[in-house]
Amino acid sequence: MLILECPYCGVKADETELSAGGEAHLKRFGPGADDESFEGYLFARENPKGVHFERWRHSYGCGKWFHAARNTATLEVYGTYPAQVSVPPKDILKTISAAVPGWRWRDLG
Amino acid sequence: MSEAVSALGGARFEGLAVVEDCGLSGMITLRGDLSAAAVKKAALAGSGCAVPGERKAVVSDKGALLWMSPDELLVLCPYDEVGARVAAMTKALGKAHALAVNVSDARAVLRLSGPKAREVLAKLSPVDLSPEAFGVGDLRRSRIAQVAAAYWLEDEESFRIICFRSVAEYVFGVLKVAAAKGSAVGYF
Repeated sequence: MLILECPYCGVKADETELSAGGEAHLKRFGPGADDESFEGYLFARENPKGVHFERWRHSYGCGKWFHAARNTATLEVYGTYPAQVSVPPKDILKTISAAVPGWRWRDLG
Repeated sequence: MSEAVSALGGARFEGLAVVEDCGLSGMITLRGDLSAAAVKKAALAGSGCAVPGERKAVVSDKGALLWMSPDELLVLCPYDEVGARVAAMTKALGKAHALAVNVSDARAVLRLSGPKAREVLAKLSPVDLSPEAFGVGDLRRSRIAQVAAAYWLEDEESFRIICFRSVAEYVFGVLKVAAAKGSAVGYF
């Protein structure tokens, strides 16, 4: 069972109270973008065994979207943080580096 | 004017705990920045209560005020006073970027009471309902079986539950099953 702490209402919510929202920190390419970047935005997703960044929604609780950094192999949760950022906060990156030296995720790590 | 009726029509079940319909209740959603003076004033005008802390419910002789999310409160009041309360709240809000809306008919209110109430609700909801973790005045928005619900502990032995009107029958049904005689777990 995955338990994530909602950064908005402080609830340690279990997975069944949340909805998964896919990969985090996607950069949108819309009208005017070239085909390759639009295809990447639409279809190309990370599928890592290890460190991953995801969007989640506390759908049965306060209803807010937030981000989570976790490990898909060990189910370890490195932290959750608000949705209004385009890169993970420094302290979470530091926690990940301590747990998984040499990790990479897109251009992070 | 049509005659308003509650979703469950006064239904009541006695088992491990008593599950009952609370009848019609006035409910007003107040959305905005909860730290803004105008929103605090509107909350007080609507419910007679000061804005509660995170995941708390407060009750006064005029009504109750529930913390629903970081930018949302729910005011409870008598059903026939809703119109006047919304008007008073809207006036208190003035030009603030906030909204007070009557949602009374969208939801149903139930009461779950008895010494085994915690146990009955804990069978259906993924929340730590032990007396150490969940005390009087604590509120949670979570799940009851498959549907969204909010509930708070009114006193040591009774929960007040709010769910959408369309699933009131379902919530009453699952609570009835969880409170069936002979199904005590004895966990708490």
